[in-house]
Amino acid sequence: MSPRLRILLGLALIAALVAPLLPLALWSVARGWFFPQILPANWTIEPWMQAFAPRSEIPGALATTTLIALAAAALALALGIPAGRALGLYRFRGKALVELALLAPVIVPGIAVGLGIHGVFLRLGLTNSVPGVVLVHLVPTLPYVIFVMSGVFANYDAEAEAQARSLGARPLQVLWHVMLPAIAPGIVVAGLFAFLVSWSQYILTLTIGGGRVVTLPLLLYAQAGAGRNDQAGVLAMLSLGPGLVILALVARQLTGRGMAIGGTR
Amino acid sequence: MIGRGHPWLSLAPALGVIAVLFGGGLALGLAGSFGMGRGGASLEAWIAVLSEGRVWRSLGLSLWIAFASTALSCVIGLGAALLLRRRFPGQGLARLLFQINLTIPHAVGALGILWLLSQSGFVARLSAGAGLIDGPAGFPALTQDRFAIGIIAHYVWKEVPFIGLILLANMQSLGDDPESAARSLGASPFAAMRLVLLPLLMPALIRAGAIVFAFSFGAWEVPVLLGQSAPTALPVLAWQRFTDPDLAARPEAMALAMLIALVSAVLIRAAFAGRNR
Repeated sequence: MSPRLRILLGLALIAALVAPLLPLALWSVARGWFFPQILPANWTIEPWMQAFAPRSEIPGALATTTLIALAAAALALALGIPAGRALGLYRFRGKALVELALLAPVIVPGIAVGLGIHGVFLRLGLTNSVPGVVLVHLVPTLPYVIFVMSGVFANYDAEAEAQARSLGARPLQVLWHVMLPAIAPGIVVAGLFAFLVSWSQYILTLTIGGGRVVTLPLLLYAQAGAGRNDQAGVLAMLSLGPGLVILALVARQLTGRGMAIGGTR
Repeated sequence: MIGRGHPWLSLAPALGVIAVLFGGGLALGLAGSFGMGRGGASLEAWIAVLSEGRVWRSLGLSLWIAFASTALSCVIGLGAALLLRRRFPGQGLARLLFQINLTIPHAVGALGILWLLSQSGFVARLSAGAGLIDGPAGFPALTQDRFAIGIIAHYVWKEVPFIGLILLANMQSLGDDPESAARSLGASPFAAMRLVLLPLLMPALIRAGAIVFAFSFGAWEVPVLLGQSAPTALPVLAWQRFTDPDLAARPEAMALAMLIALVSAVLIRAAFAGRNR
């Protein structure tokens, strides 16, 4: 391929990747930007002022989404680190089946299980509540954490634990001083991406939250549907935030094994 | 590998949660589709669903969306990976955009595609500015259209970076050696790519493709925004039945959900069956 053609195709790729974000960004700083104006006639930060005005729903949704994503990521880590250790360090009968069972929730679409989970949660009194939404977000986030952590543990030298034990360290000391420092970078990556996966959820939140738990993606569609394109533009820009921050933190790890199970869905 | 201790104790909490949420969700969905919980079991909902033309049209539409999105994403993703593995001005930016794209929620991307491709959208305005069309009606319907072009455009936009990054990671771990060997034995660059590199990438491409297929087949937030009102994609139809004020539609919603689960299960089996070989 000639260098010129390579650059040309690269530019086309870059333009295509950015294109859908352009109207979202422009609406967040525009007033009355309608056909056939190519660029807004009135540029203004008014949409952002309104988004954070006292009567706006956006700050509440921002807090709810963040809270749910933090809780779901923390729970997924608490459950997923031990499971990842088991899959990364041990060979045992039925391992392939366990891996399949833990991978399946990533592939089976949310709506296929969500409607049934709604039935389970209805009996447990968890529908229309934030705790219920946090729990249902474990379905997409937990497999993610397990597979990142099993990759981390596959490269972990468990002999160091035995050495520490033989030198008189107690199990908790081994956990804290030997294992944790070694797997800390993996935990950070797994946790950040679990946060992001929860942050992006739509149909599971809607099914279990019943419209009472309003997260950013839900409010985004509500505002766009109500013709408040400027507010939807602000919401879209806010939704990009965590992804950009996380990328700045862990850009190097992103192409690794964790991504291989599905991006942020 | 260490052999001491038992892995099941560490696995139990995670497996338990997945069993209750995922397994329980599927089991209750299945039970619900047979009308259990409302007195006795019956095949009524399944018969109703499977004999309804609208359901088959929705299934066909969803399969079309998934096939088209997966095929285009794989082909363009492979091309993009081949493009991005060599240095050129803009390579770093394109790779960064790939990574950023992965983190963008589908709802945000879908709204962006709507405002980009709709008849009064950004591209239509550029066309009007260039004098190609007189008004919104002169622009072809690319969103909420019969062929689901907007939906497919969204998935391709979102999944090309996903497939591209996976292939780039695989190419990196393969290195240049296999292709160089083929070249030194007299293969043309294209032959080396097609006969050596491509077969080595195939397992990763198939798995990534399966994930894309399952997602584009079963996602709700994309077709609900970018799809036409009839026929709707299968997940949208399932949700309509689920939220129908008539509670008798609930078992039908469950049957549709099970249908979606079934298609993705077949897919997992097909794509991941030989993964340990």
